[in-house]
Amino acid sequence: MKKFDQLTTTAIPLLIDHIDTDQIIPARFLKTTVKTGIGENLFRDWRYLPNTQPNPDFVLNQSTYSGELLIGGENFGCGSSREHAVWALMDFGFRVVMATSFADIFKQNALNNGLIPLQVAPAFWESCVQAIQNNPSTKITVDLNDQTVKFNDESAHFEIDAFRKQCILKGYTDLDYLVSIQDEITAFEAAHTVPAIGFQ
Amino acid sequence: MGKTLLDKIWDKHVVKQIDAVTDVLYIDRHFVHEVTSPQAFSELKEKGLPVFRINNTVATADHNVPTKDQHLPIQEALSRKQVDTLIANCKEFGVELYGLGHPFQGIVHVIGPELGLTLPGITAVCGDSHTSTHGALGAVAFGIGTSQVAQTLAAQCLIMKRPKKMRISVNGSLGKGVTPKDVILYIASQISTSGATDHFIEFAGTTFEAMSIEGRMTVCNMSIELGARGGLVAPDQKTFDYLKGRKFLPKDQDLEQLQAYWKTLYSDNEATFDKEVTFHASDIDPMITYGTNPGLGIKIQDQVPLEAPKKSLEYMAVEAGQSLIGKRIENVFIGSCTNARIEDLRLAASLVKGRTTAPHVNAMVIPGSKQVEKQAIEEGLDKIFEAAGFQFRQPGCSACLGMNEDKVPKGEYCVSTSNRNFEGRQGVGARTMLASPLTAAACAITGTITDVREMMSYEEV
Ligand code: SF4
Repeated sequence: MKKFDQLTTTAIPLLIDHIDTDQIIPARFLKTTVKTGIGENLFRDWRYLPNTQPNPDFVLNQSTYSGELLIGGENFGCGSSREHAVWALMDFGFRVVMATSFADIFKQNALNNGLIPLQVAPAFWESCVQAIQNNPSTKITVDLNDQTVKFNDESAHFEIDAFRKQCILKGYTDLDYLVSIQDEITAFEAAHTVPAIGFQ
Repeated sequence: MGKTLLDKIWDKHVVKQIDAVTDVLYIDRHFVHEVTSPQAFSELKEKGLPVFRINNTVATADHNVPTKDQHLPIQEALSRKQVDTLIANCKEFGVELYGLGHPFQGIVHVIGPELGLTLPGITAVCGDSHTSTHGALGAVAFGIGTSQVAQTLAAQCLIMKRPKKMRISVNGSLGKGVTPKDVILYIASQISTSGATDHFIEFAGTTFEAMSIEGRMTVCNMSIELGARGGLVAPDQKTFDYLKGRKFLPKDQDLEQLQAYWKTLYSDNEATFDKEVTFHASDIDPMITYGTNPGLGIKIQDQVPLEAPKKSLEYMAVEAGQSLIGKRIENVFIGSCTNARIEDLRLAASLVKGRTTAPHVNAMVIPGSKQVEKQAIEEGLDKIFEAAGFQFRQPGCSACLGMNEDKVPKGEYCVSTSNRNFEGRQGVGARTMLASPLTAAACAITGTITDVREMMSYEEV
């Protein structure tokens, strides 16, 4: 889990709705057994032409835009549960994805790694996109402590579960916590109706 | 105030509450496969942790495996490495593995129910979004990411926010040539791929009551395609009959205790849902998708809508306002965790029998598991498919996501019984059209998009 509290950055707009995890990282790059180096193939089939040259029309290949915040459309991260999508975005250098809505598993995976799924209202999203298109050096500030996102003189509040927020601020993982309560889990099992699998 | 089915099962699995909206949820069954587990096992190794409950954990190899010559070593180096890593991890941690060559091997969501590992009223997870399939038996089953795979391995629990509840009701009987796949594609076309985001679905109504358990699996499988984390159907006599004699069904006292619990598994009359939608079975026809997400589907006799997203149409090379009927297709894939169970194969075979595939079509049938394969061979379905010009291969995910050799060539169309038609899903530049096994079989015969009802006699359903 990568800690996060506050970030001021420029942003890259990728204004497509329903960006699915097969686009973020195609299945043929899931054969890795580690988490690193995966950013190379982020948006692989949009980013590169069939001859493996960078596609000049794709926003990540344009020098106009840069930054640690990616702006996507609605239902960002739909499709497969592959956490590789989050690893690829982070490995490439993103810390925040701003969208009007997120797919559920993507959101959970992002929160488990410290990538901020920043959900904003369509009106705020639109004016933010416009500001960035007018001036790509527009800075956006995301503050997890007070749950605000700001650019120029506009700002908005964003939602995040209190528990998840604390985990990301402190860099805590669920795993360490769950292992620490194994005794309570064992006690729960003693009274549980569903038996374990009876392997012979 | 009444409780929903989801809440009843959820409440039974709360180990403790973290805060008003966050629970530590106990997981009864954890299914593991080769693609989303290596980094999770590595995390356990780094922390020096064992697998907490090996008797709640089962692994299989499905995503990467070849569908030909499974007795030989896997040719593709990276796939082989991933499958070998799974074998090594299962050995090191003592996890039960149904790998290549094992009579129980198969697509993880096919083997769970067929082995009686999945049961009504349990919680089940897997590092795969189509874990929702298991909800057909009345389980709370959902996909997780690799961090959560590690958590489940390490403590058999997850920290979860309780999902919102949505009920999708369909009433009435299905018409000729209309299958469970058409029902879920129809629902997706009506509520879109984000229509159930943040919700857990309960499928209710007389259409699902009349549906077979395998049909319910097809429907629940694609809950995630509506944006839901999972979907389930209240268990009934059909569910209990389905489970009889399954390999890992608990026995004796364990079973009696479970059965008492199963009787409580329905949504109370007074239960409230955060969202409700209702459809009528008579409005549903055989469906096909024209675009690049599963919500972009039409009744097979209809025209591609004028307001269809341009990017999708360009990728698929179809035009708004046109009918798809008669459009030439080059590939047919009957397989995947959506539609590769014995009933799916029987249905497709019933149409294929005595007919031949169009010469330009590459048609494949990939059974969902070794057990399905065995059953199909016993019933002679393999012979029917092969006589018609289909390839009948060995079990795995195959061309559903093209991680093995089974890919759809660039620019070609594939009528597929799988669940996702995303750009490049079946191979770079592949154009996927999702449909039922019956429609896929019909398209293989004619080599074009076909309304299966025109090929069916009145006796056929
Ligand atoms: S068959 Fe397709 S959707 Fe199902 S588990 Fe395999 S890859 Fe995923």
